[in-house]
Amino acid sequence: MTENSTATVWHEVASPFCGIASDDLTIEVNGNNVKVLENGDAVTRPGFETPISDIQPRINGKEVTLEQAVSHIAELLINSKQPLIAGLGTDLNGARAAMALADKTGATIDSYYSPAAFRNILVLQDTGYMTTTLTEVRNRVDVLLVVGTDIESTFPRFFERMVWNKESMFGQEIESREIIYLGKKPSGDASTSPNGKKAQVIACDNVDLPEVVSVLRALLKGKQIQAETVAGLAVSELQALAEKLKAAKYSVVTWSAGQLDFDHAEATIQNVCEMIKEINATTRSNGLPLGGKEGDTTVNAVASWQSGYPMRTTFNRRFPDYDPFLNDGRRILADGESDVVIWVSSFNTAVTPPESSASTIVLGRSGMQFKSEPEVYIPVGVPGIDHEGRTFRTDSVVSVPLRKLRDSGLPSVFEVLSAVEQAL
Amino acid sequence: MLLKLTGGRIFDPAHDLNDVVRDIYIRDGRIVDKPADGRIDEEIDVRGKVIMAGAIDMHTHIGGGKVNIARTMLPEDHAQAVYERTELLRSGTGHAAPSTLTTGYRYAEMGYTAGFEPAVLPINARQAHMEMHDTPIIDKGGYVMLGSDDFLLRMMAANSDQEAINNYVAWTINHAQAVGLKVVNPGGISAFKFNQRKLDLDEKNEFYGVTPRDILHRLSRAVQEIGVPHPLHVHGCNLGVPGNMQTTLDTIQGAEGVPMHLTHIQFHSYGTEGDFKFSSGAAEIAEAINKHKNITVDVGQILFGQTVTASGDNMRQFAGAPHAHPNKWVCMDIECEAGCGVVPFKYKDQSYVNALQWMIGLETFLMVDDPWRIFLTTDHPNGAPFTSYPHLIKLLMDKSFRNDMLSTLHPEAQKATHLASLDREYSLYEIAIMTRAGAAKLVGLADRGHLGIGAAADITVYTDNSDREKMFEKPDYVFKDGQMVVRNGQVIKITWGTTHVVKPEYDVSIEKPLQQYFDKFHTLKMSNFKISNDEIIDDGRGSLTIQPLHKGGRL
Repeated sequence: MTENSTATVWHEVASPFCGIASDDLTIEVNGNNVKVLENGDAVTRPGFETPISDIQPRINGKEVTLEQAVSHIAELLINSKQPLIAGLGTDLNGARAAMALADKTGATIDSYYSPAAFRNILVLQDTGYMTTTLTEVRNRVDVLLVVGTDIESTFPRFFERMVWNKESMFGQEIESREIIYLGKKPSGDASTSPNGKKAQVIACDNVDLPEVVSVLRALLKGKQIQAETVAGLAVSELQALAEKLKAAKYSVVTWSAGQLDFDHAEATIQNVCEMIKEINATTRSNGLPLGGKEGDTTVNAVASWQSGYPMRTTFNRRFPDYDPFLNDGRRILADGESDVVIWVSSFNTAVTPPESSASTIVLGRSGMQFKSEPEVYIPVGVPGIDHEGRTFRTDSVVSVPLRKLRDSGLPSVFEVLSAVEQAL
Repeated sequence: MLLKLTGGRIFDPAHDLNDVVRDIYIRDGRIVDKPADGRIDEEIDVRGKVIMAGAIDMHTHIGGGKVNIARTMLPEDHAQAVYERTELLRSGTGHAAPSTLTTGYRYAEMGYTAGFEPAVLPINARQAHMEMHDTPIIDKGGYVMLGSDDFLLRMMAANSDQEAINNYVAWTINHAQAVGLKVVNPGGISAFKFNQRKLDLDEKNEFYGVTPRDILHRLSRAVQEIGVPHPLHVHGCNLGVPGNMQTTLDTIQGAEGVPMHLTHIQFHSYGTEGDFKFSSGAAEIAEAINKHKNITVDVGQILFGQTVTASGDNMRQFAGAPHAHPNKWVCMDIECEAGCGVVPFKYKDQSYVNALQWMIGLETFLMVDDPWRIFLTTDHPNGAPFTSYPHLIKLLMDKSFRNDMLSTLHPEAQKATHLASLDREYSLYEIAIMTRAGAAKLVGLADRGHLGIGAAADITVYTDNSDREKMFEKPDYVFKDGQMVVRNGQVIKITWGTTHVVKPEYDVSIEKPLQQYFDKFHTLKMSNFKISNDEIIDDGRGSLTIQPLHKGGRL
């Protein structure tokens, strides 16, 4: 890309590509070319910089107008016995339009990121939790316990922004912050302090976390543990960790459910969350679930306020009907229970629909490649690049405005799905 | 298009009209004079019907993070209240924490045309507005919450002058798009982050050395001095704690004549007498309210059954968590600004404490003399879902019904109340004050809550019925901005209400320290914190109504 007089530079741009939604990016736009000038990272750079290639909708591989594509989708939905709206990489208004369409067509709705998100949602619905948000962590954390997660691989700027900031509001010595990994080792040095102090690692395999976390919780409750080792770890090492958590003034226990990819990880997250509640009997401690990129938090939030339920809700009986197992979009497609799928992925060209027997409609980011061409493909704009929008951060408290950085002419998910609803 | 409502019995306390037969003329969404040419396009015969302005719920948790946590958390509660999609209405769910669409429909069906979210965290205001945007028919607005935010506490610890605090408050109200200012457990939410487990009115926040009394003093003055009509909306210290009536009396005394609204006063009116060390402080509290004309209250009545409590007061919610029913709960610390706690709860009529809470709420209603200074709320959903308002109105208007209910409650609790001896029955006129004229005046809505010429045509038409619950749960007609939205208790038209805000003036110099604060400590930029007018208008369905400031405001 060459500099020329038409380049525009945007400051304080928020990124929807990472769940911490850093909003300090400086971005240069030249025509349709986008370049992250400042504060980019391995996640946000490809997020913003992936070029536009195709701009024309297609039906069975043949280029058509947007109107033709929309009426074809409407036709498919009218004749569908059980539609599924899935993927759902979108922003606030895209999620609103998807909910309205699901309600009207009796569709089931589920997100590509649900397998991870539901490891936390199931805990919320069973026992709840105590959590905190990013600015609190930045100013208060004294002990950070990272459970089964290599943070920097998916949240490259987490430590820079939330832990190794220059100053805490409460006069804390930043260097004194203690980072402890339980489970996975960090893949890089992001967790190393500015003066070079490395994080402590209590390493074990993810599949051993259920057992290790149970023992840690028991120790924190003052229970006697007969065994001397658990999953190869000395119980004394866990005892020392328990003492640190008890002595900490504001410990934060963090995990990324997307990386806790083992059967019934929700039970382990629940154990972590109950442990945090118990620590709060005497001192302060909070959970910090990390996730929520590319509309993941947003679609669950919108679904909850519009229907009462998060993802994995179906409208096939004309009212919202929630089942976190039956309404799993992947299962539905794998079992051939849906005849039409609308796959929404406006952030990420790599998030493509799974192979299935359903007629497949894709509202995808320009440049998406398919193993088999979907019946309908509409390249859509990226929220925060091609149109304005809003997205929620991982903590589900803070939402950020997304700006329109260029005028690509690509339609938004909201525009396409609203047009489909009109055409029904 | 000119619509005439002919011959109704008007209850319009803002104009001292108590059961006066008058015709009402409506054009372009407003109440207008009788047309000079006498030309009427449509006439509805409402002879004998009771006509009031649309009701206004001045304290109802309908939007924002904690409400949505409550929704997500309670699938089993929704499953008992599902609403099918119709040709006109979106589907929805929810009893204690209904979906936004259902919330709008249910309010409208009960003759309510506005609801105000009382706990909008500045950092979560964007979400609160998103949810309210998806709440049909009714108007909405929010009171933005300060008092445990570190920016204010730092200013107070540094002994900043009142002018600077006024500026900060006005800036926050503007950029959170709020209509008032709320404080929840003043300083206590911050104190909890430093592991303090209680904070009395004169107890210092460990880190800042600031007391709740100082915070109330500073914020109530700020609201008054910048001319925001709604007085500081106060959720006081020690919510739910036996003996907290003394804190409440001290808070009233400490207001020193500055206007202050004490919300869900029922939860703050507890004594420690009797075998259960839990007694009613309603008589003393009501006496203090009657005496101090600067004080207004809403009740936060509890009614029996399953609900969910959702509050910014995570210090008190954490303390109450062992009572969660079902046994699950959430507490959060939020962005060096606030917190929240969500605890499902079942009020039981055979529980001494719950029965007494019910009695304390009703005693308060009946012992506060001036209906212009007390408001009908259940602190939805904390005391009960808002859908129980018709039942609550019947309890207030019908002594024998009230006493019949009372006689079924926990017997020891019955001995601890004078409720049975209170003869007062609210009149229709007093209900109209509490739920219309008074509420509009309190929130600062110039053109709502009354039926005068020029008012928005938000109008509810009831058939008089001595069973007040039946009467108030199913109005004959509801008009929203002049359009008939409900007929025979059923929604027949979808409209989207406006968002009421105030825009107090501030000196832009406040952005200098704020910019530094955001850059140094926050994880969001100040520019991205601000909510633009366009965000409220959004897809075109939303709108912004700027309400006038009081004198003393500098705009």
